[in-house]
Amino acid sequence: MPDGSIVRPYGDTTGDGMVQTSFTLPVPAGPKAEGAALQLANKMGIEPAMVVHSHAIDSGYTFFVVYGSVRHLVDLDAVVVEERAYPLLSSSEINGAIRTGLNRKLVVLGACIGTDAHTVGIDAILNVKGFAGEKGLEYLREMAVTNLGAQVTVPELVTRARAARADAVLVSQVVTQKDAHLRNTRELAAAFREAMGESRPLLVVGGPRFDPAMAADLGVDKVFGRGTTPGEVASYLIHALVEEPA
Amino acid sequence: MTRLDLDPVLVARARELAALAAQPVIDLAHRHTTVSVERAVLRLAGLTGTDPVTGEGRTEDRVPWVNRVVDAVRDQVGLEHGVALPVWHALTSGTAPDLQTLAEQVGAGTARFELPDGAAVERAREAAQAAAAEGIARIDGNRRRREELVATHGDPPRRPWIYLIVATGDIHEDIPQAQAAARAGADVIAVIRSTGQSLLDYVPEGATRTGYAGTYATQENFRLMRAALDDVSAELGRYVRLTNYASGLCMPEIAVLAGLERLDMMLNDAMYGILFRDINPRRTFVDQRFSRMVHARAGIIINTGEDNYLTTADAVDEAHTVTVSQLLNETLAKEAGLEDWQLGLGHAFEIQPEREESFRLELAHALLARSLFPDAPLKWMPPTKHMTGDVFRGYLLDGFFNLAGALTGQGILLVGMMTEAVVTPWLSDRDLALRNVEYVLNAAGNLAEDFHPPKGGFIDRRAHTVLRESVDLLERIADRRRGLMDAIADGTFGITKRPIDGGKGLDGVVELAAGAYNPALELLQKEASHA
Repeated sequence: MPDGSIVRPYGDTTGDGMVQTSFTLPVPAGPKAEGAALQLANKMGIEPAMVVHSHAIDSGYTFFVVYGSVRHLVDLDAVVVEERAYPLLSSSEINGAIRTGLNRKLVVLGACIGTDAHTVGIDAILNVKGFAGEKGLEYLREMAVTNLGAQVTVPELVTRARAARADAVLVSQVVTQKDAHLRNTRELAAAFREAMGESRPLLVVGGPRFDPAMAADLGVDKVFGRGTTPGEVASYLIHALVEEPA
Repeated sequence: MTRLDLDPVLVARARELAALAAQPVIDLAHRHTTVSVERAVLRLAGLTGTDPVTGEGRTEDRVPWVNRVVDAVRDQVGLEHGVALPVWHALTSGTAPDLQTLAEQVGAGTARFELPDGAAVERAREAAQAAAAEGIARIDGNRRRREELVATHGDPPRRPWIYLIVATGDIHEDIPQAQAAARAGADVIAVIRSTGQSLLDYVPEGATRTGYAGTYATQENFRLMRAALDDVSAELGRYVRLTNYASGLCMPEIAVLAGLERLDMMLNDAMYGILFRDINPRRTFVDQRFSRMVHARAGIIINTGEDNYLTTADAVDEAHTVTVSQLLNETLAKEAGLEDWQLGLGHAFEIQPEREESFRLELAHALLARSLFPDAPLKWMPPTKHMTGDVFRGYLLDGFFNLAGALTGQGILLVGMMTEAVVTPWLSDRDLALRNVEYVLNAAGNLAEDFHPPKGGFIDRRAHTVLRESVDLLERIADRRRGLMDAIADGTFGITKRPIDGGKGLDGVVELAAGAYNPALELLQKEASHA
């Protein structure tokens, strides 16, 4: 491991800069296609590049696997990431925090909105079964969790949230074609703002293609991206809604 | 072919209990109709097109004439007697020269419907039956045409059939992708529907280019894709099958359109819409029976959706819910006239890969299904839940999935994508996935011949455990007053609870009155009793 703040990709020797990539060009297979792949690799900063494999797909396309040394450097000092601003809590810490801080159950509603029928995300966070070895929010005794499932309309979600006096509304969005996830989230935020103003529940959205830095832009309180676990979501809810235990 | 020697007493008990559990559902279906069943009757009679003043500019948002007519009948005389009597009474008493003109009168607000009485009843029934029979005749013609084309071009040279999905949202992009997939080895092309379509209470019309994560199922899209696959079938000397989805609120109508346009397979599950789309259970069961009768007649192979349970529940702990659902799907399908060769019962390779013996457990579950339904094609679904974005591991996992499919004699193999959960498949993803299947079938396609799990061994014991758990669960379901319906309300399948009066589409369910008449049902039932 180099000790400076500048690093390059690692193949088998420090500083070799080796990467591998694969892509398809709309060009019939042949020497010209391979030349085209090398040109692209060079423009990507891979130099020297080796086309280690190529094969035709149908008649007009060629698939390539390329290895090579990338000339770009990574400056670790210039890398900015959003650090988690709250501690990760265990199940018993979460239940304890709700008991002492709230003195009632924390009410959570979850749904997939719009035309998105993929409940995988919301189920992974809410279902007892959970995700990545962590049990879902339904497992937490001090949370009252309702999973409304797929294709819930935004007005329906607002009505249900109001009726249940939800503390938090969790929405997952998997389908991203034509930025449906962003459009749906803005619609969600606007509907809650209009219907409930300041007294709206905490709005949390998540899905594999969300950028966690977009919360303010989308008008919600928190955005979770790929690989989020139930524990992270639960810990955030405690941080945002319940006073920290002393 | 490899089979487990299942305990015949347990197997017989499982089927007996499945029939008991399903009986209340069948009774319910006999006593009700739905707006979509009635619209399907009008579609069989040839009513097409949309009301041009609806839809705010987008063709696919326009309300079809079948919806306008059924709604008008419902408003004026109710649907308790079905749509056929008032509609063909209007036609036989000279109100309009044909169905299309009558629909336009509905659009203009001038159509007046009433229930016939006396001799007019028989007149209306006869005219309605003659009209519906034309649609059925077209479905019959398509079934014969498929048989001819299969005879001419041939079936795929081996099992499993290789099933591949296209889903661009644009039928004109789907077509070249589907043809490329067929040339690369796909035997079955499925065009995934636009995500929202299952909750639309009408079937959009026309060639569409604007779906989300899929392409709208429309009669014109069906026709275009079938024609494109006929071309490629002739080119390849192999009949390439086309699949779509008879699910959601318009299940009966989609089934009719599939029959009219010679689709070959349809996704059609007894409970999927209820559990995963929150569609009302009554609506689903009534719609489903009609759609399955149409599929039976059309020679369409249905695919059921048991793989979905394992995406939300643990694939080992809940393996028996898959078996139970397969048994329920089987009993409901047979009641509707489907035969064993038409039952693409679903299951999936979804056991956590880190679990010890996960592959042996997969083989046990797959062989249980194979042995329990020896004459059904079985639809084998690839891993999705444990595809993490590590595409390299995903490619390996798909290879094991393909091997399990070959080793256990699955009939239809849905090709897994290493980019599952990352992107909608790219051209190269599909190509690499097909190469994976091709390698496995080429290298080990006949390995089933040498694969005989010993009686009392790990696989045999595991299969019997799952079968016993299935019988236990079926016993609990059959004990309930309303069988399956009460079990669904309690959250027996997945964690979701779906009460009998909850969910979407209940307002489209109507209890039939004495003297109700559905000419399509009559024609289809007549045929079913012949078989």
